Amino acid sequence: MVDASLILQYFLSGITKGSIYAVVAIGFNLIYSATGVLNFAQGEFVMLGGMVAVTLCLFVPLPVAVFVAVIVVALVGCALEIVFFRKLRHHSILHMIIITIGLSIVIQEVALHLWDEKVRSLPYFTGNEISSVRFFGAAVSPQVLWVLGTVTVMVVLLHLFLRYTARGRAMRACSSNAEAAMLAGINISNMRTLSFGLSAALGGLAGCVISPITMTHYEMGAPLAIKGFAAAILGGLGNPTAAVAGGLLIGVAEAFSVSQLPAAYSDVTTFILFLLALFIRPHGLFGSPSGEDVREV
Amino acid sequence: MKRLIPVIAFAALAVAAQVVSFAVGKEFCLTQLTMAVYYAIVVMGLCLLMGFAGQVSLGHGAFFAIGGYTSAVLTTSDFSRFEDSAWIAALKRAHVLYLKADLYGGEVLAATPWAAFLAAMAMTFFIACLIGYPALRLKGHYLAMATLGFGLIVYKMVLGSSITGSADGITGVPEWKLFFGLTVSGKSALRVQNYYIACAVALLLLVLLMNLVQSRVGRALQAIHDRETAAGAIGINTARYKLSAFVLSALIAAAAGVFLTHYNGGIGPSEASTLKSVRYVALAAAGGMGNPWGAALVSTIINFLSLRGWFGSYDNAVFGAALIVIISLAPQGPLKPLGLLIRRIIGGIRAPKRGGHATP
Amino acid sequence: MPLLEVQNITHRFGGLVALDKVGFLVAQGQIKSIIGPNGAGKTTLLNVISGLLPSGAGRITFKEKRINGLKPHQIARAGMSRTFQNPSLFLQMSVLENVMVGRHCRTRSGFSSCCLRLPGQIREEKRIREAAMEQIRYVGLEGLAEVEAGALGFGERRMVELARALATEPSLLLLDEPASGLNSRETEDLGEHIRRIAEKGITVLLVEHDMSLVMTVSDDILVLDNGARLAEGAPSVIQNNEEVIRVYLGSGFEHVASSRKP
Repeated sequence: MVDASLILQYFLSGITKGSIYAVVAIGFNLIYSATGVLNFAQGEFVMLGGMVAVTLCLFVPLPVAVFVAVIVVALVGCALEIVFFRKLRHHSILHMIIITIGLSIVIQEVALHLWDEKVRSLPYFTGNEISSVRFFGAAVSPQVLWVLGTVTVMVVLLHLFLRYTARGRAMRACSSNAEAAMLAGINISNMRTLSFGLSAALGGLAGCVISPITMTHYEMGAPLAIKGFAAAILGGLGNPTAAVAGGLLIGVAEAFSVSQLPAAYSDVTTFILFLLALFIRPHGLFGSPSGEDVREV
Repeated sequence: MKRLIPVIAFAALAVAAQVVSFAVGKEFCLTQLTMAVYYAIVVMGLCLLMGFAGQVSLGHGAFFAIGGYTSAVLTTSDFSRFEDSAWIAALKRAHVLYLKADLYGGEVLAATPWAAFLAAMAMTFFIACLIGYPALRLKGHYLAMATLGFGLIVYKMVLGSSITGSADGITGVPEWKLFFGLTVSGKSALRVQNYYIACAVALLLLVLLMNLVQSRVGRALQAIHDRETAAGAIGINTARYKLSAFVLSALIAAAAGVFLTHYNGGIGPSEASTLKSVRYVALAAAGGMGNPWGAALVSTIINFLSLRGWFGSYDNAVFGAALIVIISLAPQGPLKPLGLLIRRIIGGIRAPKRGGHATP
Repeated sequence: MPLLEVQNITHRFGGLVALDKVGFLVAQGQIKSIIGPNGAGKTTLLNVISGLLPSGAGRITFKEKRINGLKPHQIARAGMSRTFQNPSLFLQMSVLENVMVGRHCRTRSGFSSCCLRLPGQIREEKRIREAAMEQIRYVGLEGLAEVEAGALGFGERRMVELARALATEPSLLLLDEPASGLNSRETEDLGEHIRRIAEKGITVLLVEHDMSLVMTVSDDILVLDNGARLAEGAPSVIQNNEEVIRVYLGSGFEHVASSRKP
């Protein structure tokens, strides 16, 4: 007899992790839509958010630390775009991929030297490690509610921003047709920088809010990037809302496989699912099968 | 013959390095140089894939590991519990399996290194086809991600399985007797021999690659890289060639893995890590993506320095930064300006403006 | 038997119908042109025939074998090669190497024989080189054989692309707006080239805007409008077809009405 409340626990753990993957996926989509670049360093933004906040926490209250950390990471994102993608002319997708890979490694190493390899974490936003609240019949840490709540707010605000503000609409215009947007007077370069900054900010905030649960350490970026990318692919690249669904799906799949398989293999299942998704339905569960973006001619 | 010039130059360089190391009393450097050469072999294979077929693979560390681990596992496992099986008896008679002494004075039924090598190649071929076939139908980013995902799967699996020794990897891998009395081994008495074995393998590969580049197949790969649609329209089966390039580069990486595993006497999970795969890509880019000689040279030098600890704790950062800098500023590789000069001197590998097809 | 038979080809881009049940024949040895106003679907039609775009429910038969649904390289192997509106040379390779790639589908050396430089491969390589040089001489560019394709001018690139397509020994040559960007002298030379190619026995199907070229060189003309077949026939017939004249609104049509093939 399977324990219903156990399943619920796994499920909740899954959507908690999954919502972080969703944020990374959204970040991927934002940058991809605006610039055509797949940013391998996406996971590093999450890592940086947590790390910077942890350090600032030593000097200022938690809310201030988080706020400033997010700003700092956003600035880092903007700086990356300006230095590596705006100023330098790149020859092909191959080159841009390689650059973002290099960036992800360098950021990791810089983090290692700034903060060393110890695992850190922010204090719980409310309560502590042993407090718990009842949520739909399961006992969870209040931090889980913080994660779910923050990510929901982020997604909703992003959606509103993209739909109803002038800047947001400009960003959407850039992603669907850069030339036309330029002719309409939209500053493409600024939009690209904005997309990087926004992605970084979202990632940074996610990194802060997940830190008490999963800890923050310098190597956490790469697996997040893969899973976030998997989520983006599952949802269909370029579709931010579907990316959320993709992220949650992956998180839940991971949580359940942890329960069934030895810990080392849970990641393997996720990656295998990802490869299968990529090979069988590269336009995503919700994408349309024109497949133009994905397949070669 | 113009074609022989780079070969002779390479051989001369190899000999010079060995002689110098003895002269300055640092013979032990040969060990790291040997390792660097084997890593360079992986990079050369990657060069074929990236520079010619124009595909990026972030999982070549995984292929190296598949090669190395397969041969390590087969040569260190004990199959004697299956001794009753007819299969095992047949393999024993065929000298695929043999009895060897283990550390504790007992006897172990393990695979011969040659048999393990062939098994490793077969395994790699199978897996590369499996991954390559669907992955190569995807565009740039997606292929990179797919190979990255594949690399992570392999890494996690070797890290987590007890067969592969989990985090400790496998040790006690025996020597590999090649032929003419040559043995791939880590024994210091055989250090010079092994250095030259590594150089010979690298040189052989370079010659084969050079031949390939200047042939019908090489042109087809370049055409695919240059403009895939036109290549298909002119009659090139792009899917088959991309897959072939991918599988070939995987086999090369795996072979290097087997050699190095026998040389080191073991292998660890870090060989399959993403960081290793990225290094290979960085070195292929640094050597000039279409240039196997450049790749061999640059990668040997940089890996050697890295193994000697020159980069200290910044090892990974160096590779990452090099990657960024080189691709941003000199996407064709920094050796191109240098290379043009060298080409003018040695008569050219492929330098159209100088009329330099090496003629048969 | 017609060399090429196209039946009932429909192609949509999203909601837009680019080709609407187009069908026609190309007889062996003739020079056939496809004309029509901008957006009529001419290049799309070429792309469908050469396998770059799916053919929908229609059917395309080449040398009595069905080719719709085949990959472009299989169609090239079968004997149909093409040029593109924007010359698609391999810019990092030399002119000679570009044309040598054209010989790919007629040669066989694989990975092993190339790596090992087996005698058969060396001989074949020599033959490839010679055949390629022959085509380069044919288009009059032998001085440029070792030049990197990226360094060539537009007209020269066109010619190299033609040489490359000819190197595949096609039975049917598809030319996509070969005269665009050429001046009238160059266009006349092009017409000469096309005639000479047809004399060698190669059937030519070209998509073109330049009426003087079309009228002088074609045996047969297909007119497309809005993705559908409007008219088909000999140049004299097409020139006097009221529908065709209306559709073109006299865009340079009258002044070539008197052009005749020599």
